[in-house]
Order: sequence, then C-alpha cells, then structure tokens
Amino acid sequence: MAYLELDRVAKQFGAQTVVDDFSLAVGKGEFISFLGPSGCGKTTTLQMIAGFLDPTRGAIRLEDKDLTAVHPAKRGLGIVFQSYALFPHMTAAENVAFGLEMRNVPRAERAERVRAALAMVGLAGFEDRHPRRMSGGQQQRVALARALVIKPSVLLLDEPLSNLDAKLREEMQIELRQIQRTIGTTTILVTHDQNEAMSLSDRIVVMSQGKIEQIGTPQETYEKPASAFVSQFLGKTNDFAAAVDRTATPAQVAAGSWSAPAPAGLSGPVTVSVRPERIGFGDTGLSAKIITRIFQGNHWLFQCDSECGTAIVIRQNDGQAQPVEGDAVRLTWRTEDMSVRARAGA
Amino acid sequence: MSAVAEERDARAPWALAAPALMLFVGVLLIPLAMTVMLSFHDWGQYKGIEPVFILKNWHEIATDPYYAEMFWRTFRIAILTTLLTALLGAPEAYILNRMDGRWKSFFLLVILGPLLISVVARTLGWALLFGGNNGLVNKLLMSAGVIRSPIPFMFTETGMVIALAHVMMPFMVLSVWAALQRLDPQIENAAMSLGAGPITTIRRIIMPQIMPGVLSGAIIVFSLSASAFATPAIIGGRRLKVAATLAYDEFLNTLNWPLGAAVATLLLVALVLIVVGSNALIERRYAEVFR
Repeated sequence: MAYLELDRVAKQFGAQTVVDDFSLAVGKGEFISFLGPSGCGKTTTLQMIAGFLDPTRGAIRLEDKDLTAVHPAKRGLGIVFQSYALFPHMTAAENVAFGLEMRNVPRAERAERVRAALAMVGLAGFEDRHPRRMSGGQQQRVALARALVIKPSVLLLDEPLSNLDAKLREEMQIELRQIQRTIGTTTILVTHDQNEAMSLSDRIVVMSQGKIEQIGTPQETYEKPASAFVSQFLGKTNDFAAAVDRTATPAQVAAGSWSAPAPAGLSGPVTVSVRPERIGFGDTGLSAKIITRIFQGNHWLFQCDSECGTAIVIRQNDGQAQPVEGDAVRLTWRTEDMSVRARAGA
Repeated sequence: MSAVAEERDARAPWALAAPALMLFVGVLLIPLAMTVMLSFHDWGQYKGIEPVFILKNWHEIATDPYYAEMFWRTFRIAILTTLLTALLGAPEAYILNRMDGRWKSFFLLVILGPLLISVVARTLGWALLFGGNNGLVNKLLMSAGVIRSPIPFMFTETGMVIALAHVMMPFMVLSVWAALQRLDPQIENAAMSLGAGPITTIRRIIMPQIMPGVLSGAIIVFSLSASAFATPAIIGGRRLKVAATLAYDEFLNTLNWPLGAAVATLLLVALVLIVVGSNALIERRYAEVFR
C-alpha cells in the first residue's frame, strides 16, 4: 500500500500549467528522485507536498489522509532547501533544536536529540558554531540534521547538493544514502543531476515540461528509456534513424549497413537508441570512421562519423589495442542493448 | 631608479585623494575647529566677541539647569521619534517587502515621496493639520470619539515627535528594507516546515535578523532628530526650544556666538559619542547576523 500518494496532481499559475496529471505512489522507506531540467515542475511538485503551494487539481495523501487539508506547519515533513535556509542568528544546535522547541519537547530530551542528530551527520563538536562560520558542506549537514531531528514522516530534499563542489557532492551523496538507509525515512529528492538521482534513488521520476516521462528504477530508466527525452536526459546516448522492414522474413530493422531482427509491434521509420558503452568495434555492422579519440583514464571516448550521423563510443581501458583516429570501423551491438522506438514526425 | 618609482607610487594615492581631502578639510574640519575655538571666546553685550581662552560658556552650560533641560528635551524627543519610527517603520517595511511587484514599487514611491519635498513645506503642512484646537487632526479624533477635548499639538513635544517621525520614516523603512533583502527567501518556509506559526516565525526568525537594520535605522533617525532644526523651529516655535534651535537663537538673535558655538559643540560631541557607542554595541551583539 502506498505511504505517500499523489493522485492526478496539477498546478496552474494563471494560464500556465506547470505540473499536469502527476500521479505517484511512494512506498514507506522508499527513496524517490524527481529528475528533470529546470522548469520541468519538479520543485513545484515538492512545494505542493510541503504545502507551500496548493495544487490546482488532484489530491495528495499521506497514509490515506488528505495532506492538502493540513497546514504546512502541521504536516511534520522535514525539508532541506537548496539554499539550506538556516537561521543565521542561531548556532547549529539552536537551529536543529528549533523544530523540537516548536513541538514542546522537554529541554533534556531536546538537548539529547540535537546532540544525536548532529553526531549522525558528522558534526559532533560543532554545536555552538554559527552557520555563517561553517563551510557549505557543514551547513548542508546542519540543514539535514534540522530536518531529520523532528522524525519527519517524509524527508523532502530540494536540490540539496547543488551548491557543493563535485568532490564534496559525491561524499555527501554516499553519506545521504547511508543515513537514509539507517533511519529508513521516506525521502523525495528533487534534482537535475542524473548521476545524483541514479546513485541515490530506489526509483526515479523523470519529468519534462510538467509531465511524468517515466517512473522506474535507475537501471530501468537508464537501460529501457520510455521516451527519447529520457534516453537523452539520462546520460549520453546514440540515436540512429532506422527502418523496420516487415516484408522480409524474419522482419528486419536496419540502419545503414547494420541490421538485426526487428522487435514485434513496430513498422516503418524507427529510432534505434544505444548507449555509447554498449557499442563495440566488430567485423560487421554500421560503417563509421573515427574522428577523435580521447583518453580518459579508465576509458576511451571515440567520436565517430557513421552512415547514420555522429556516434559516440566508450570503450573500457582494458589494455587492448584500440583503433586510432582516421580508422574505418564497423559499429556493432547486441539487440538487447538497444531500444527501438517509433520515430516521431516521420 | 626603481626606488624612485616606488616612492612616487606610494605618494600617488595621496596626490589623487588630495583634492577631495582639501575640500573636506576646507569646508568641514576648519569650520568645525573654528566653532570649537569660538566656544572658548568671551562675549559681552557692548564689547562683542573677544578672542580669549576662557571657560565661561562651558561653565554656564554646565551649571545653568536651563541648558540641562534643553538637552534632556532634545534627546527625549529624539528617542521618542526613534521609537515611533521603529514601531511603525519596521512592520511597514516587512509588509512592503511581501507585496507584489507592482504594488511594491508604488508604495515604495509613496514612502520615499516625502523625501522629495522640503522639510519646511512638510512641517508647515503638519502645522496646518495641528492648527490649535480647531486643527484637522483634533476635529477628526473628536468626531471619531477617540478623544473628548482637543489635544494640544502645536508648541508641544507630542506634536514635534509626530512631525519628526513623519519626516524620518523613510530612513527607517529603507534601513529595515535593506536588512529584509538579505533574508533567505525560503527562511519563512523553513520555519513553517519545522512547525512554527506566523507569529513565532516573525518573533523568533525574522525579528532577530532585521534587528541590525532597525538599529542602524534608529541611529540615523536618532542623530537626525536630535540635530533637526526646521521641524522643532516650526512646531515648537520660540516656546519649546531644542539644542539646535537654541544654538540658532544664540547666534542670530542674542548674537552671543561663543555660547551658541558651545551649545553646538556639545550637541555634536554628545551625538558622536552616542552614535559611535551604540554602533559598537550593535556590531558586537549582532556579529553573526552582520557577517
């Protein structure tokens, strides 16, 4: 049974629809990411769950109770803001204690829970520090402790890591995942960073222009993208214009000099999507010429000029000799590594 | 060779700052020093100003309770004006900050508008509104049933505080406004998500963060009110003098320049001490918010 449920939620600002027909069932303890480019409505959806915005249509339910009828201050959700929104005039401990004070938690218990929360995020000993005397990563941890100390029913994270540098972001991702696993709080993360979404979430909700494009596990959304948008947004991909020939037996899908047995249910012009790391160099397949070859330590990145346009190929640096720039190659891949979609507008 | 160039480089900032520096020294420091010197000169009805060094004027100010009363009144009016502008100006700035874009700019103009009009014209306007027992304000208050008999506004401290507060309001609103701009736009949502109601949010989260703005506004309003001349002169008249009007009268009516200079110097020194002192206190108290 769904713990948090969004039922055909929509939000309009004037004539503009920012979120449309958003339905999602979140299980207890699940880690969900809303992933999409800026302006796709992911933050708006989060703010509707938080109660800072009211949905124009639809219902939001928490444990089968209507959440939209509850005042934001009474929802008991933990929120980490992109800017952290820490209270600059209070120390780290006072920041974390604020939510407990509002809940009239007795002083002794409050002190103990604040200490435990700060220790959990690795900030033991920073109790009396003011936020402006802390680094971005430390402020982020205080914000997380402040949201978690009230034992929220759902933890909402609004691009919490986007203000950190790459290395720190990676560290925080691992830590965030560990903390979430340990305490088991149902979590919703809003992000535009596909790596972040993939490394943290149980399921990803890919959004574009206010609509859900796909809901699935990180592997599903990466390997079986439901739309061209999803395959483009989640990592690099190669899209080849191809055609399905149903007259041949068995039916064939072909792009240039490459062909394979066609999947059922498609005919005419299609798009064949293959991830760069799933393409190999073989004796048969799509004819291509290597334009540039870039060494990136653990892998090689090839940019090829193929019969069906530019193709990107990534090969593991496994010590084997690799083709050089100017070489003529044949690109090949396994049928299970590609996804074939009907081509729009053709 | 290079040592010469370096030496010239070191002098360059001074040379560049010299024109402004000379203007500053010429129009501010020298007259100020002369005023201070003047306060030690002697003066008599028939002999005029005598350039000697005596403490007569300072002794008079220190011993005659008339001057103590005058300075006490000046600072009382300034403090009340500051309190009034803070009590009205801070909420005003907060409400203004929450308004929609178009209304915000309109009301900002309404608040700043008075600055475009001469203080004299504005104060004369208040004089018309107060105007004795039949003034508009009294009539309005009486017909609304707030008061039974007319309140004397003209030539009273009440009237002076009201008129000064109106004149000074923009400085307070702007100062609080600047502090509000520094607030994290999500800070109220953050407080709300932790379970704080609107009043708690304002009291515990917003107020402490805009307090430096209120206090720096208070310093501006206090020092401008304590040294204000036009408003006390028109509303208070000859009957209710403050330090600034007293100095003016000593200079232009009694022609006792040395005494006027002593009053002006004392007002300046007192104000500088109060402003510098409270500023240091505020910066220490709100160090974390200022960073």
